[in-house]
Amino acid sequence: MDERNFTYLFYGFSAAWILVALYIVSLVLRERKIRSEIDTLRRMIEGAKE
Amino acid sequence: MREKIMIVLAAAAALIITWVLYRILFIVPDEKDQGAVFRIIYFHVPSAMTAAACALAAFVSSILYLARRNLSYDAAAVAVTEGALLFGAVVLVTGMIWGRIIWGIWWTWDARLTSTLVSWLMYAGYLMLRRAVEEPTERARNSAVFSIFVFPGLYITWKSIEWWRTQHPGPVLSIRSGGGMAPGMESPIYINLLGLLCLAAVLAMLRYQQEQRRRELDSLRRTVHAM
Repeated sequence: MDERNFTYLFYGFSAAWILVALYIVSLVLRERKIRSEIDTLRRMIEGAKE
Repeated sequence: MREKIMIVLAAAAALIITWVLYRILFIVPDEKDQGAVFRIIYFHVPSAMTAAACALAAFVSSILYLARRNLSYDAAAVAVTEGALLFGAVVLVTGMIWGRIIWGIWWTWDARLTSTLVSWLMYAGYLMLRRAVEEPTERARNSAVFSIFVFPGLYITWKSIEWWRTQHPGPVLSIRSGGGMAPGMESPIYINLLGLLCLAAVLAMLRYQQEQRRRELDSLRRTVHAM
């Protein structure tokens, strides 16, 4: 392979995968927050019923 | 069943993208002027096509929501819109890195770049609009109308390199009568498109499930408030 500008190819591919990884992390964090809120609210409802 | 489909799609995406990476780095012939950075096209163009496919899916989901008033279509619309934003960001960033070497500048306000950025900002506005409206059906209706309004702008982005003489290169793919690439150099673009579409589908399915759970959360909140 012609290796001129290889560093910028590396930057390009890295940037693409970092963006995808950041999005996946954001999905995981949002999922955790939603699950935790659902659990809290369910406990509150069950506690009120008792 | 849905989880099995997601696993199959994720495995397909991983295999296809790994294979394409190998082809890009070791098999695809060199471009005579640009050096290695030319290979950014193998992620830049498929990402643009994937973003457009996600935007099209958002457009269709939004129309279906307005026609049937089923919140599942609203969940699908927001899931694929986030995919459009993600792959749109990949397009903008990889394009800027390529432009830095080939044009000597990170950015220029030419028709293709500007219209892409404007579309990306409009879809970001879609997500901001959703955060601003509390009531679920009102949020879904307003978001659907906004998404339908934004989508035609992508046609301007797509045609901009034909309509105006811009800094951005004109069509090079044979499917757009470009003819600027040798056949062996062009095929990895379409194969990577398939891989990125599988990845986008997995991400959209995950986000869709999350949106369904958010609706469950909204319903629990209402129950707690009513108590």
